[in-house]
Amino acid sequence: MALSSVLRSESADFVDRFNQPFAHGCGLNQKDLGFGTALDESLNFAVKPLDEADEAERKIEFLHGTTTLAFKFQHGVIVAVDSRATAGSYIASQTVKKVIEINPYLLGTMAGGAADCSFWERLLARQCRIYELRNKERISVAAASKLLANMVYQYKGMGLSMGTMVCGWDKRGPGLYYVDSEGNRVCGDLFAVGSGSMYAYGVVDSGLRYDLTVEEACDLGRRAIYQATYRDAYSGGQVNLYRVHSDGWERVSQEDVLQLHLKYQSEKA
Amino acid sequence: MTLPADGGTSFRSDASAQETQDLSTSGGHIAVIQRVLVRQLKMISAQACGANGKMKDYHYSGPVEHKFSPYAFNGGTVLAVAGEDFALVASDTRLSEGYSIHSRDSPKCYKLTDTTVIGCSGFHGDCLTLTKIIEARLKMYKHSNNKSMTSGAIAAMLSTILYGRRFFPYYVYNIIGGLDEEGRGAVYSFDPVGSYQRDTYKAGGSASAMLQPLLDNQIGFKNMENVEQVPLSQEKAVQLVKDVFISAAERDVYTGDALKICIITKEGIREEIVPLRKD
Repeated sequence: MALSSVLRSESADFVDRFNQPFAHGCGLNQKDLGFGTALDESLNFAVKPLDEADEAERKIEFLHGTTTLAFKFQHGVIVAVDSRATAGSYIASQTVKKVIEINPYLLGTMAGGAADCSFWERLLARQCRIYELRNKERISVAAASKLLANMVYQYKGMGLSMGTMVCGWDKRGPGLYYVDSEGNRVCGDLFAVGSGSMYAYGVVDSGLRYDLTVEEACDLGRRAIYQATYRDAYSGGQVNLYRVHSDGWERVSQEDVLQLHLKYQSEKA
Repeated sequence: MTLPADGGTSFRSDASAQETQDLSTSGGHIAVIQRVLVRQLKMISAQACGANGKMKDYHYSGPVEHKFSPYAFNGGTVLAVAGEDFALVASDTRLSEGYSIHSRDSPKCYKLTDTTVIGCSGFHGDCLTLTKIIEARLKMYKHSNNKSMTSGAIAAMLSTILYGRRFFPYYVYNIIGGLDEEGRGAVYSFDPVGSYQRDTYKAGGSASAMLQPLLDNQIGFKNMENVEQVPLSQEKAVQLVKDVFISAAERDVYTGDALKICIITKEGIREEIVPLRKD
């Protein structure tokens, strides 16, 4: 499988032996691993599904505990994310970087299992670089997202949890794709992913126009994430804002949600 | 207010809600509660006694499934702090399993290079194997590249080693502490499947949820107003770590016996051992 071939080191191979016999018994269904809730502490942007429900309900998509959003407008793509990571109900970190810089003109967002997202997107960065070297031109957003989707599709059903948006600028202009571990790959103009996505959609839908200025679009993205962190317990920390334009991406701002709260409160008054 | 139902009857919470709604009269309160309690007592005695009035046996007789678990939880807490030109990695030395203590002298810090120490807590078997694998990979790197691995490189490598076992994870919570290429302190914290990030301070293991908020306040100055944010000196950091572990030993059963602190500076790695509660 792709995973073992990538991770095999030159001489020693400590990994493969264990994968085969246990692959069925110890799939990442926590209950099978025998120690109950202890390994639930795998660092997660995800909300745990209800374990008491029967197996059939596990197939229903559960929400990823985070808020990430991206939308296209006339000056490119705005990408805004929160920065909270939870392990069960414990907040493991408030300073996680959920935007992964794949290369200077492609960004990927993270929602779901932290390790899954960062590993597969790092692998995607490697694949994109190989494409560039082989074809002497940059990879398109559509192709990059397809590479990612095909990589994780091989592991469908094995418990990977990843909901990501691949954002960039290529020959066709701004590009935005949503890819997840279920096998979905969708092109669109606006996506919000995570447990706080509904709150973010409300804010972005009410303010989004194609002809926004850069300032207005950034404010809209920031406000949407702030509102989501306000109402969603699993989102919080800081709001990281990026913009992708024709020359690549740039980091616009990183603001603590508490500071934003005080700012919006004083604007209300 | 629902009691476990045995067969047919169930005590619906909406029935009690109905009754508590006629609380308009002041005497009504007590009367309602009495009625509810009497009904509950009758229910309990009805369930506990079988048809002939004797107490039913509660042991289960029939096939029981026993399952082998490849994991065990051996406890322990690890903590790392990064300063301007130093890093600290501290761990307790208790090794426990269930209600027993296997050893009072089993530290969880492992020295990797002259500038990096890793702290591993969780399942001791996986901690030992993981550190063996890391040490082997360090040697291989040294032989192929003729230089030692930097802290950042070790962290990135550990992430891929852990993710390689994504479907049968190493049950280990790792924290790496060391100096980066510029000589500044660096702390990298991991989850069991390889997600990692660089921090200023991090606590991991059984008492992590108790220690992390205290560190957030004292080192990160979180939730403090009008306070001067001075950078942390080495002496203050060591004292803070000792205090924090003493507190953890008070309230976490898996933490105690002794504390081992590894202080990493450009001069090398120094160790300090401090006794903790042994109960």
